[in-house]
Amino acid sequence: MIATKLNINKKTHTVEVDPSTPLLWVLREHLDLVGTKYGCGVASCGACTVLLDETAVRSCSLPISAIGDKAITTIEGLSENGDHPLQQAWEEHDVPQCGYCQAGQIMNAAALLKSKPNPTDEDIDTAMTGNLCRCGTYLRIKAAIKTAASY
Amino acid sequence: MTLIKTTVNRRSFLKAALLAGGGMVLHFSWLAGCKPAGKKVLEMPEEWFEMNSYIKIGENGVVTLFNPNPEFGQNVKTSLPMILAEELDIDWEQVIVEQADFYPERYGRQFTGGSQSVRQAWSPLRTAGATARQMLILAAAGQWNVPASEITTEHGTLLHKSSGKKAGYGEMASAAAKIPVPEEVKLKAVSDFKVVGSSKKNVEIKNILSGKALFGLDYKTEGMLIAMVVHPPAFGMRFKSMDDKVAKSMPGVKAIFTIDSLKEDIVQNFFDTTSFTKFAVVVGNTTWEVLQAKKALKVEWEQEPERTFKMGSSWTPGAETIEAKYPSGLESTEIHQAKMKEFSKKPGNIIRRDGDPESAFRSATKILERTYTAPFLAHNTMEPVNCFAHVTADKAVLYGPIQAPEFVVGTLSQRLSLPKEKIEIKLARMGGGFGRRAYGHHFIEAAVISQQVKAPVKLVYTREDEMTAGIYRPTYSATYRAALDKDNKLIAFHVKAGGIPETPVHADRFPAGAIDNYLAEGWQIPSNITIGAFRAPRSNFIASAEQSFLDELAMEMGKDPIDFRLELLERAKTNPVGEKNDYDAARYAGVLQLVREKSKWKETPQGVHRGVSAYFCHNSYVAEVVDLVMKNNAPKVEKVVAAIDCGVVVNKDGAINMAEGAIIDGIGNALYGELPFKDGAPQKNNFTTYRLIRMNEAPKTIDVHFVKNEEDPTGMGEPPFPPAFAAVANALYRATGKRFYNQPFINELKST
Repeated sequence: MIATKLNINKKTHTVEVDPSTPLLWVLREHLDLVGTKYGCGVASCGACTVLLDETAVRSCSLPISAIGDKAITTIEGLSENGDHPLQQAWEEHDVPQCGYCQAGQIMNAAALLKSKPNPTDEDIDTAMTGNLCRCGTYLRIKAAIKTAASY
Repeated sequence: MTLIKTTVNRRSFLKAALLAGGGMVLHFSWLAGCKPAGKKVLEMPEEWFEMNSYIKIGENGVVTLFNPNPEFGQNVKTSLPMILAEELDIDWEQVIVEQADFYPERYGRQFTGGSQSVRQAWSPLRTAGATARQMLILAAAGQWNVPASEITTEHGTLLHKSSGKKAGYGEMASAAAKIPVPEEVKLKAVSDFKVVGSSKKNVEIKNILSGKALFGLDYKTEGMLIAMVVHPPAFGMRFKSMDDKVAKSMPGVKAIFTIDSLKEDIVQNFFDTTSFTKFAVVVGNTTWEVLQAKKALKVEWEQEPERTFKMGSSWTPGAETIEAKYPSGLESTEIHQAKMKEFSKKPGNIIRRDGDPESAFRSATKILERTYTAPFLAHNTMEPVNCFAHVTADKAVLYGPIQAPEFVVGTLSQRLSLPKEKIEIKLARMGGGFGRRAYGHHFIEAAVISQQVKAPVKLVYTREDEMTAGIYRPTYSATYRAALDKDNKLIAFHVKAGGIPETPVHADRFPAGAIDNYLAEGWQIPSNITIGAFRAPRSNFIASAEQSFLDELAMEMGKDPIDFRLELLERAKTNPVGEKNDYDAARYAGVLQLVREKSKWKETPQGVHRGVSAYFCHNSYVAEVVDLVMKNNAPKVEKVVAAIDCGVVVNKDGAINMAEGAIIDGIGNALYGELPFKDGAPQKNNFTTYRLIRMNEAPKTIDVHFVKNEEDPTGMGEPPFPPAFAAVANALYRATGKRFYNQPFINELKST
């Protein structure tokens, strides 16, 4: 099996996995980083969102062979102590219901704030439309992103 | 203050050591307990003292509270312990919350569904909290040699004012744990509540936001294999044969075989619903490898003749069994619609009749008749179906998302030939439920697979597997008729509604009780497409039809839609028709009055189109006003004002969150939700084609208002959902001048 080097949360991991395997399953089953969720497998729900350098990507549809030396950030690596402004704002607004989609929401919002530190409502709608929340916590997600931007 | 006998739920006061049988480890915790969100780090005690099933107190005063019910996002893991903390009289910051395992001997019914968690736990949990508090008081009275009646509590501290004696709960916990359970305890007055009625953050929030393993799908253990099933591509089909030559030689594959999840001799119960009982199974090392092999597996299917099975009762074990059946055939939406149309024109089964509706209709000057329909819906929980199982010769351990563990355990026992007490079920946090996880077929499938491969396995459904595996919200049709006399007065009302395969009519719901001549009929058409509970079952459709019809009827009578409903409710309150009406007309009117006030109903902003709707179900009353705008011929709900009467609100912000989510869910399903069928096959299998509401389609604002009273609390998970549908339909009418009778409304908008 070919070994693939991945730079995840500032650490280098070497995995011996079929290189066509999507990043999602490597994170969850080979590296025990289960914060990144499986929701649809076809990049339609956003539950598996991680950062590739500063861009939000759907890890369910990204083979590890396509990553190269780009830096991967997952929810586990977003902050050292769970205190990234988005995590704080999510707590302030008590956003989650079931919580399953929230890591993907936060990672997608993290990419948004990197490109637009002060997003408008429309910017947030546009950026977050790919992330489903079946519990319907959208208003709180939007409010939390605005709060995080204001810290 | 109320005196309450502790016998209401006495068995829950039994300590673990007193329980007979069962190899269960009491505080077996797969995942760490969670502290209420806050900065403070609690020091763990050296020893825990158990007060009862729900409460243990450490010598340092830290308290662990157990949440008995399965958590699927309704936030019972926070709200139920809040009830315990209130009566125990403890600071929330001193609390650790743990999820209880399935353990009915200690916790009674551990069921998440029907918006019943808070309602059913209210009295037992208050009593449990008050009992522990009383035991601490008695312990202090003994040590201090003072009368127990002179001891008060506050913030987890015992006080005896006249002597100045004072002790933390932790100091008295050891002595209190040895005191027999008092026969009678005092409960607080609602006006003295400090924890209940406040807003406490989700106790799991830090774990959720940092990506900790919380869900069944996240679970992993040494030697665990991954299993996937292949089910028939259509309802009415079954497994015939398979060719696994290619698949079995693929990397990571351990075994390929078939299972019969339920055998013919098994007595099923209501929650054993499953569309398919024979599956091809692929077991291997990782999900991705198993998925590739699953795709390479060639399975032949064949049409299934009528299937019969033995059906018992969920609620009464040992009750007489009946023979139930699934019809044969490959069904389609087109055929469903034609059949429903035919049935809606035939007489149904009369389920309520007041006065003489037939004569009233014959004498009517005008009759308004309208028919409403809605499609099958898939639950689409964000976390797909999964379950971990490890079955060995003498026991079974299962961990996964399940709303109704007590109903699957009996079936597991039959299928695995293991006594119930040898089956351990751990309750995973669920990534959504909405009714889907009341049905435990995945537990049985996982257990049978584990038994067959003799290894711990995690069964994983793909999104496609989940969306096409059945247990849907049924498709329905409802026909409403109203008779008006020459003065345009309402003289008779008739609802006839049915569906595939169940009727959505509730016999004694509003407007029954408000109209002298009233007729309700139901009908049903059998189907092999399996259905099940879906957030406010039946109510989610019948509310949409009824509340749309009442809106059109009010217009026909020249009345304001809210005034018209209030007139009917006034009649039901002062001079109700019939003996049995299952709603309280005053509380129903209360939410309409509150929503009228809070929405400034008569002051519709320019360019905005308003719709109102109200419904009573699952013991709570909800009225909603939506403000809708049209942008490029597409509807957008901008704002919703909701008024809710669910009695005492336990966790205020949590309840608001529930209402916001339920309203967004209602708007989404009303506008976009549908699962059509062709030749027995669901025509959507993933979010690329199944349209769920997204952030840009959700309202900007949802204002939630609660009626303030001291009624015992009732549910919040379902009641805010059904009214949203008709509120949207009624606003769409004001926006377009056209009534919307068939869900999802987006299809009718396209055709205009």
